[in-house]
Amino acid sequence: MVMERISAELVECDVHTDELLINMGPQHPSTHGVLRLVLRTDGELILDVIPHIGYLHRSAEKLGESLAARQWLPYTDRLDYLASMNMNLGWSLVVEKLLGLEVTPRAACVRVMVAELNRIASHLVAAGCYGLDLGSFTPYMYAFREREKILDLFEAACGARLTYSYIVPGGVTADLPNGWLDRCAAFLDQFDPTIDDLHAVLTSNDIFIRRTAGVGVLDMKTAIDYGCTGPVLRGSGVDWDLRRDGEPWYARMYEGYAFDVIAPVHGHYRNEAAYPAAPRAAVVGDCWHRFFVRMIEVVQSMAIIRQAMDRYRGTDASMGQPIKATQKLPRGEAYLETEAPKGQMGFMVIGNDTKTPHRVRARSSCFCNLSVAPELCRGGLVADVPAVIGSLDLVLGEIDR
Amino acid sequence: MDAEAIFRELQKRHPKWTLAVDAAAIDPWIEVAPEGILDACRTLRDEPGLVFDMLHCISGVDYLAAADRKDAGSGPRVEVLYHLSSMIHRHRIVLRVRLPRWKDDVPGELPELASVSGVWRTADWHEREVYDLVGVRFLGHPDPRRILCPDDWQGHPLRKDYEVPDEYHGIRVK
Amino acid sequence: MTTFLLQWLNPPWLAYALAALVHCGLLLALVVGSVAVCNWAERKIAGRVQDRLGPARVGGRFGWLQSPADGLKLLCKEDLIPADADSLLFRFAPYISLGASFAAFVAIPLSNDWVAQRLDAAAFFVLAVAGLEVFGVILGGYASGSKWSLFGAMREAAQVVSYEVPLGLCVLVPVMVAGTMNLVKIGNMQEGWFTNWLIFHDPFTFITFWVYLTCAVASVNRAPFDLAEAESELVAGFLTEYSGFRWSAFFMAEYGSMLAVSFLAAILFFGGWNGPVPIARWFGLMQENGPLAGYLGNLLGLANMLAKGSLGIVVMMWIRWTLPRLRIDQVLTTCLKYCIPLAAATFVGAMAWTFVARGGLNAGNDDATTRPGVATGGVQGEVAMTKSQ
Repeated sequence: MVMERISAELVECDVHTDELLINMGPQHPSTHGVLRLVLRTDGELILDVIPHIGYLHRSAEKLGESLAARQWLPYTDRLDYLASMNMNLGWSLVVEKLLGLEVTPRAACVRVMVAELNRIASHLVAAGCYGLDLGSFTPYMYAFREREKILDLFEAACGARLTYSYIVPGGVTADLPNGWLDRCAAFLDQFDPTIDDLHAVLTSNDIFIRRTAGVGVLDMKTAIDYGCTGPVLRGSGVDWDLRRDGEPWYARMYEGYAFDVIAPVHGHYRNEAAYPAAPRAAVVGDCWHRFFVRMIEVVQSMAIIRQAMDRYRGTDASMGQPIKATQKLPRGEAYLETEAPKGQMGFMVIGNDTKTPHRVRARSSCFCNLSVAPELCRGGLVADVPAVIGSLDLVLGEIDR
Repeated sequence: MDAEAIFRELQKRHPKWTLAVDAAAIDPWIEVAPEGILDACRTLRDEPGLVFDMLHCISGVDYLAAADRKDAGSGPRVEVLYHLSSMIHRHRIVLRVRLPRWKDDVPGELPELASVSGVWRTADWHEREVYDLVGVRFLGHPDPRRILCPDDWQGHPLRKDYEVPDEYHGIRVK
Repeated sequence: MTTFLLQWLNPPWLAYALAALVHCGLLLALVVGSVAVCNWAERKIAGRVQDRLGPARVGGRFGWLQSPADGLKLLCKEDLIPADADSLLFRFAPYISLGASFAAFVAIPLSNDWVAQRLDAAAFFVLAVAGLEVFGVILGGYASGSKWSLFGAMREAAQVVSYEVPLGLCVLVPVMVAGTMNLVKIGNMQEGWFTNWLIFHDPFTFITFWVYLTCAVASVNRAPFDLAEAESELVAGFLTEYSGFRWSAFFMAEYGSMLAVSFLAAILFFGGWNGPVPIARWFGLMQENGPLAGYLGNLLGLANMLAKGSLGIVVMMWIRWTLPRLRIDQVLTTCLKYCIPLAAATFVGAMAWTFVARGGLNAGNDDATTRPGVATGGVQGEVAMTKSQ
């Protein structure tokens, strides 16, 4: 596998037309919400892309200043609404960090399980929608069929299918119901082979490879410079995952779990023989690798869930006590980033000895990941814009807050 | 490298601008004078022992009421926090800059701070957000526009004395 | 039929007009009926490919009323013309597409001699007329006054115009092997067992068919070549501003063209109305055994054609629901770098083959031209129905 080879086809263009400004969005099928991109094009060639965001701005941070920490939790559900568990987790951990609150081992196990399940669900949406962005409708249905089953599991655990508010500061709202672990295990066994379907219709499909390999190449330096995180950063070959490298307050939750951080370091994935081979045309940091990283992370998440289920069975039944809405937040600042499916989701809370925080801050991973989009789209074709935007896996609820 | 060591390293370079350190805080921080933020950031990024290659977040915080301020003696202010980390050395630090709420205490005149978007590109959009929501003008920013609110929005919503306008282009807001 | 009417009706123009009307009505019924079935089939096939049921409730079972329901919905929709649009062209464009796609059926025989207008240059006529469909798309996209529509129109122009070349070359290969452009003759030549089909004539025609398939899918704008529509990139491309009946006219044109290219493939490569096994001959359902036998044989032929045409459409749907879309540069590369050279090479190869290895079909060729049931005339040629009267 020669990854360093530059295979991005240069589009030769000696015929120029008048520049055309086109609004892609805020209503457009492939901007994943209400993102507006102003494209400056020369024919089909993209000269520049200017993103405009804020169409979904709901003043989440301002609202947080007049709500108790527990009361703001449902607002985190609505940030990255495709991975609400991970949003809940991020906020709960940062509040716990400020309060110095420990959760019980069983609650930590439940958190790991639901957070990883939601990572799978989020990556499934990313993979399915990416197929849609490239004009293939079928993988979307395959992905959503499996995601439904994960939502069924969440519904059994907390009663909600999208905005869970399940992980709360101090623990989780309730222990898992009887039989949930068996259902979860049955789901994982059933889900495992269906990943190959997605590999067949997307990862190793020739047209898919032509559309993604060598397109939107994001090199390691630029990725770090722009603050890109998550699969976008790892797709560029940076071996960095907060579940392993993060602050102890977060990373200790994953201590003792065996899993790989998926990144094409020097062009090679760890244990890569187990997965479909990277195509020759793929360059580290291109759309194909960003997509592939997500697909393999799903497998790693499944391994983590299986280990968490075993660990859960060995814990005592103590679930700890979630904080109340009357809980006063001490003076001080706490900032914590967690590895959400889309990237590193950071929350900051500043307490002032009252119930309501003085300031709430949400550092959005998609916000930074989107900011690099103009760099990736420039010089490509109009059709590459959905390919790049889709590979960044954006959720506008999180960007606009 | 822990916060004390980072502080010493930074102080060696910029003794005038490196003001204080709190290594015992939940997230250890270093206070930098507003005039020195750009130089401090360059040092933090480029010094071989520091290499803060990633800027995570820039947040603006408005301290208006005396009850909200930790040191009740100090006056109202706006603070800008920079969360930095190094992937190579695996350490992190928070930079803190204190600004007056208004430039020269003239209400309506936004405080000014040098932009670090030339040091980390992450700062580009984050500084736009701080400008938009908290009201800090970043000098030398390549594209100093609002980012979340519409371009013609009045006021900076995360200021503590912000009054929500009654309407925006005929749309009821309050 | 014209001769039959000429015997009874005076003045003659009345007979011609009536004959034209009847043919037109029959073809319209065929095209509209097939669009309705295709619409339902597309949903059903998409459903099955995607591991779901597809329409299941409209009309009680199998969602068989889905197409009429869709049609009704489209007719009830508001007919919008954007303020920036060129109103006349905008309204006119869908009918150009629909007209072109429909007109191709005039020269396509549906069974031995069952053709609205026998043309010696039928293969040429079908290609030429079906190629006009692109004008509707370009006009519609250009007249919409929307940048996305304009993009769609430009892509359509670049794509379809370049794919006309290999498509023409691919049609030329069977035409050359058969030695005629008359589709009735080409069909009759392939009578007998399926080994007589032109696709099995020589290795070159076999390859030609696959190139034809690629080019046909591209020229009717079906995925993975649906760049003019390109939902995820261009909103809906040239269709962005269309709604209601005008939109459905484009829709019908697309399905009409799919059926036309499938029929053309059936005649050029797959024996046309001749089944894989010569059942008609075994049961004596031939013209020479009397009008009734000929009529029944033609009915069987029609069933053959419809089956082959449907198969072509099903394959196109299957492809659409499986593959992602290509990019415009890749679409043009596929055409210019692969399809055209391949088609040209098979053309030369087939020419050499027929020159060196004479026999087989060419023996049949002489048969066909000398068979009494087949006239040689072009415009004067009569429809088989007339003879069976």
